[in-house]
Formats: sequence, C-alpha cells, structure tokens
Amino acid sequence: MTKKDWPLWEIFIRSKQGLNHKHVGSLRAADAEMAVENARDVYTRRSEGISIWVIESNNIHASDSSDADMLFEPSNTKVYRHPTFYDVPDGISHM
Amino acid sequence: MTKNEALFNYTLRLGDDSLILGQRLAEWCGHGPILEEDIAITNISLDLIGQATNLLNYAALIENKDRNADNIAFLRLEKEYCNILLVEQLNGDFGDTMMRQFLFDAFRKPLFEMLQFSKDKQLAAIAEKSLKETKYHLKHSSEWIIRLGDGTEESHQRVQNSLTNLWRYTDELFFTDESDTLLSGLGIIPDFSKIKELWSANVTAVFEQATLQMPANNWQFEGGRKGRHSEHMGYLLAELQYMQRAYPNMEW
Repeated sequence: MTKKDWPLWEIFIRSKQGLNHKHVGSLRAADAEMAVENARDVYTRRSEGISIWVIESNNIHASDSSDADMLFEPSNTKVYRHPTFYDVPDGISHM
Repeated sequence: MTKNEALFNYTLRLGDDSLILGQRLAEWCGHGPILEEDIAITNISLDLIGQATNLLNYAALIENKDRNADNIAFLRLEKEYCNILLVEQLNGDFGDTMMRQFLFDAFRKPLFEMLQFSKDKQLAAIAEKSLKETKYHLKHSSEWIIRLGDGTEESHQRVQNSLTNLWRYTDELFFTDESDTLLSGLGIIPDFSKIKELWSANVTAVFEQATLQMPANNWQFEGGRKGRHSEHMGYLLAELQYMQRAYPNMEW
C-alpha cells in the first residue's frame, strides 16, 4: 500500500444554509477527483452539504503564528474601525 | 403464472441482489484499505440495504401473506434466495470487490433508468430513488477499475485476474424466465436485451480505458436465480440470519 504517497487535501463544504464554503477537515487522496469523492463520502453523508471544494494542503500558505503580535495586535486598539458609533435608524432589522 | 406472481418474483430478485451485495460489502466495515474507502464502501452497502428494504417491503405487499420484509430477508432457506451468483462471491482483495461492484453497477444503472418508467408505479418510484444512488456507485467503481487497471504492474495484473474470475457470473445478470417475459409484455419491466447492449458498451469502454482484456472464456455459471447457490452463500446467510435465528422477533 502506497497511501503514504497520497497527498493531503483540505476539504471545504458549503451547507444548504451557508453562503460560503467552510473548512471541515482534511483527508488523503491520489488526485483531486478522488479527493472530491472521498469528501463526499466522509463529510456529506449526513446531508451536511451541497457543494465541495478540495485543495491540496501543500497549496495553502499560512501566516506565521510567531508573527501574531505584529500582525493582529495593532488592530486591537483601533476600535474606531468598528462601525459601532452609528445609531441604527428604527425599522432597520438584521444589523 | 399470474401477473402478481411474476411481479413478486421480479421484486424479490431485485431485492435479493441488493440485500446480498449489501451484506457482502458490510464485511469491509473496519477493513477498508484507507479510512475514506472504508466509509465509501459501507455507504454503498447501506444504500443497497435501503434498496432491499424498499423492494422486499413491496414484495411482501404483493405476496399478501403473513410475511414482512424482515421475515423475507432473514428467515428464508438458502434455496429460497434468488440473487444472482455474482453478488454472493467473496470480497477477495479490493480489486475483486471493485470488479464485482463495477459489473453489477453497470447493469443496475441502465436497468433503473428504464425501470423508472415502469407501468407499475411502486416499482417506478423505487427505481427512481435507487438510480441516484446507483449512478454514484457506478462512478466510484468505474474510477477504481480504471485506476487499478491502468495503475501499477501489480494492480493491473490483480484486477485483470478479478475480471477473469468474475466474468463467468455476468451472463446471469440478464437471466430471464417466464416472469420476466410476462412483465416486459405488460410494460412493467424493460426489455433485457436493451440493457445488455448498454451494459456491454459501458464495460467495454471502461475496460479499454483501464487497459484490461475482456476474457475470452465463454463458460458461464448460473443458478442463483433458481435458488442454486455457490458454496459461499451458506456462510453469508449464517451471518446475515444469526440474530433473528438466535433471538426470534428481536428488534432494535
């Protein structure tokens, strides 16, 4: 068995309600076609989704967690970037 | 033979094919070559057992005796099961299982495609629902046959052996007797010669892509439809029937 050689794939599923694909997990497959089928069998068997994206894990580039203070902390002090200083007019719902 | 007897026979045959193949595939549970495939095979098994439930419920309704789908599934004797020999064959290696599946799925897809227009409403409804599942089964098994056949030297040789060994059970897919003739005359079931044409075209195309040789042997087995099974059937039934035999009428 050469499953060690099969690349890892990240799986994204769009649920019936959700607009965007959400990351649900990963699995191994020989190619993209098999990855989609495996994702269907592993991640949608309880009607979780209506669309599947797969992407080889190698192709994901991530931010470095040791850079977190540099990348994310500066925004913590910039509360004015949140639109919380407006009064929502009466009759506007779902805001 | 009355129309009802013929319809009972036909429904039972379809139901038994699904039931026995579903039971066989369930044996893979926890033994798949990879986790993903383990789940895929058991998903297919559950689809088939679901089909068997629908078909055997309908058979019980047609028969209108004191039996339900569970009695029919679990409490018959070996010679009363009328599944084809192909579906009771051992799982063997992964290639054997996929080849058995492919030969079966390639038959079931055109069958359900035509059966969904049956003049019998219930059979048409079961076919329509089952077709969606079967299309996926066929896609799955076809892709594996191509991967294995056109894969490494070893995978090619092994799946070629699977094909050579299982080919002798394929004629029975198209077994017909007076039940079938009666029902196809009434527009309840499709003409099997058309299904055979579609089946042959499909398997030829996939084997070509998989670089597999169609076996030359003409010797074909049959008997399952008449209740004459291979030596593997008794062991399969022992496992299938164990709970109902040991604890009659138990439910969960």
